[in-house]
Amino acid sequence: MQYIEQILFIAILAVAIYFFTQKVKQIRRNILIGKDQIINDNKPARWMMMAKVALGQSKMVVRPVAGFFHILIYLGFVLINIEVLEILMDGIFGTHRVLAFMGPVYDAAIGFFEILAVLVLVSCLVFLGRRFVVHIPRFHSQEMKGWSTKDATYILVIEIVLMGALLKMNAVDQVLQSKGADHYVAAGSFPVSQYLVGFFQSYDISTLVVLERVFWWFHILGILFFLNYVPYSKHLHIFLAFPNTWYGRLQPAGQFANMPEITNEVNLMLDPSKADPNMPPPDKFGVSDVTDLSWKNLLDAYSCTECGRCTSSCPANITGKKLSPRKIMMDTRDRADELGKAKDVNGADYHDGKSLHDYISQEELLACTTCNACVEACPININPLEIIFGMRQFQTLEKSNMPSEWAMMNSNIENNQAPWQFSPSDRANWTQNIK
Amino acid sequence: MSETLHVPTVAELTAKGEKPDVLFWVGCAGSFDERAQKITKAFVKILNNVGIKYAILGTEESCTGDPAKRAGNEFLFQMQAMANIATLNAYEITKIVTTCPHCFNTIKNEYPSLGGTYEVIHHTQLLQELIDEGKLTFGADPFKGKKITYHDSCYLGRANGVYDAPRRILEAMDAELIEMKRCRKNGLCCGAGGAQMFKEAESGTKEINIERTQEAIATGASIISANCPFCTTMMGDGVKHANMEGQVEVLDLAELVAQAKDL
Repeated sequence: MQYIEQILFIAILAVAIYFFTQKVKQIRRNILIGKDQIINDNKPARWMMMAKVALGQSKMVVRPVAGFFHILIYLGFVLINIEVLEILMDGIFGTHRVLAFMGPVYDAAIGFFEILAVLVLVSCLVFLGRRFVVHIPRFHSQEMKGWSTKDATYILVIEIVLMGALLKMNAVDQVLQSKGADHYVAAGSFPVSQYLVGFFQSYDISTLVVLERVFWWFHILGILFFLNYVPYSKHLHIFLAFPNTWYGRLQPAGQFANMPEITNEVNLMLDPSKADPNMPPPDKFGVSDVTDLSWKNLLDAYSCTECGRCTSSCPANITGKKLSPRKIMMDTRDRADELGKAKDVNGADYHDGKSLHDYISQEELLACTTCNACVEACPININPLEIIFGMRQFQTLEKSNMPSEWAMMNSNIENNQAPWQFSPSDRANWTQNIK
Repeated sequence: MSETLHVPTVAELTAKGEKPDVLFWVGCAGSFDERAQKITKAFVKILNNVGIKYAILGTEESCTGDPAKRAGNEFLFQMQAMANIATLNAYEITKIVTTCPHCFNTIKNEYPSLGGTYEVIHHTQLLQELIDEGKLTFGADPFKGKKITYHDSCYLGRANGVYDAPRRILEAMDAELIEMKRCRKNGLCCGAGGAQMFKEAESGTKEINIERTQEAIATGASIISANCPFCTTMMGDGVKHANMEGQVEVLDLAELVAQAKDL
């Protein structure tokens, strides 16, 4: 029996890790559909940014209620997972509480994890309450209908169930320890689960052993399920927040990249000596599909947790316009997924002929004031503005698709050196008669 | 002052074999828009008053290309940028001050990789420096007890992280600064950026400038201070829309400083 359980455990673990790795490879491939961009300057600043924003959650706490409970879940997730190490060892070697030899340190750790488990449980309930009782508007926008809200709910429920299993496992374990059951070493402190002991006290040892095994297996299977669920869900941020902040922008938010292929064209016209005559003319200007975005834009998309802080601070969205920066990120990810799947079937060079503009309308793109509020609001430094801007460039440069007022503004700039139709020779008229 | 103030051009100084210490980049709004011209004039009066050796490009100045770029027309932007850089470099300009945060952002951040590298400051930064150096002083409490709120423009604030200079000017004039809830990093756009100034807003339930002006008016301030000619226009329209003209004024910090100094 003992060996069967061990073999079963190792087999399940191997399968879970296999499927997780396959999915991770697929996501990595989808991210790398984007254009190459070398980001390795100023490493100390990058480590600092990751430490502050991802590890230190500095932007989460800008909204204190969500920030506080998120930190509890985050700490719980990171620290309780230390216990998973022990669970893995026990599962593989058929031991029980293999780390118990650490004595008081072990006892303190188990006690601490129990307290964290309760805090995580409470935080998840608070988050469900914010979604479904308090009804915070940003969780109920158009793009949240359907899968997005289900996804969020599943994760919160899974976490609550997992934390419950952990506490029940400990409760039964205590009873077994106190009854001196074989194999169940006296170890750990149980500040929370001691109150659950009453439910299990009356069972005999063999029933309790079964119950303990059930909770133990439930806990680890739950974790392995979670591991494999995460890459299909917005909850990828638990891993990607770290690289995403490390590779984030360091330059001023107002600095929009100058397109080098256009610099070359302009040089060819104005000063051919500066131009590179061998630079091939680009096949297109701006962003029509995810393949025109940089891999960092796509990493952004896969890191997005759909919290909607961007959308709730977007001036266009606040005033009822169609633009939602969160939707931009979700659409980008969905499109990368779609193209990735098509490539799986038809080969790496395949393109399905669709584009990101099938997902994001011109009306959305035109509503953006480029104010950077979405960029500032994102707790993990995602940049929806770069995507909006690249797509706007495509519409303007490739399709000449722009409001007629913009066409007029452009011709004014070209002819009068100002966006309005004034004569350039009148530019300094304001200097006359200043008293 | 009865005699008129003379605004020198760089060409004029060059003809005399001189160079300005700082170039004042006026910008299109500051040059042509009637409302923005008042900001421009207030600023040159201050420059004149403190005795800075400055000059403008005059008719040699041309749009930085910012609205073209934000509207997606990178080609036109770079044409404008290259032409301006050629002019600035020909005059060996090293330091630029501007009253427009859009010009500020573009010249400071987007010109260098096209060959135009200058020290670029916004006029609120220059005013703050002058106050710190004791070159710009005010009489007894010019705005003592006056309730003033301050609107962060996107391109000075979030885009370039300048939040304190404008506030320190208000402090120096003894104004009572009442912050809006959405301020500094969380400041709400006036609705003009990203070339929105030059087109109708997309359809929605409200205009952005109305939303922002309502927030500013709700502070109870009698002056909404700003640092951008476009914000000034947008917020001014918002005040009109709220029928609060006469009770609430929208003024650039340069105008406030000029007022405080009775220029």
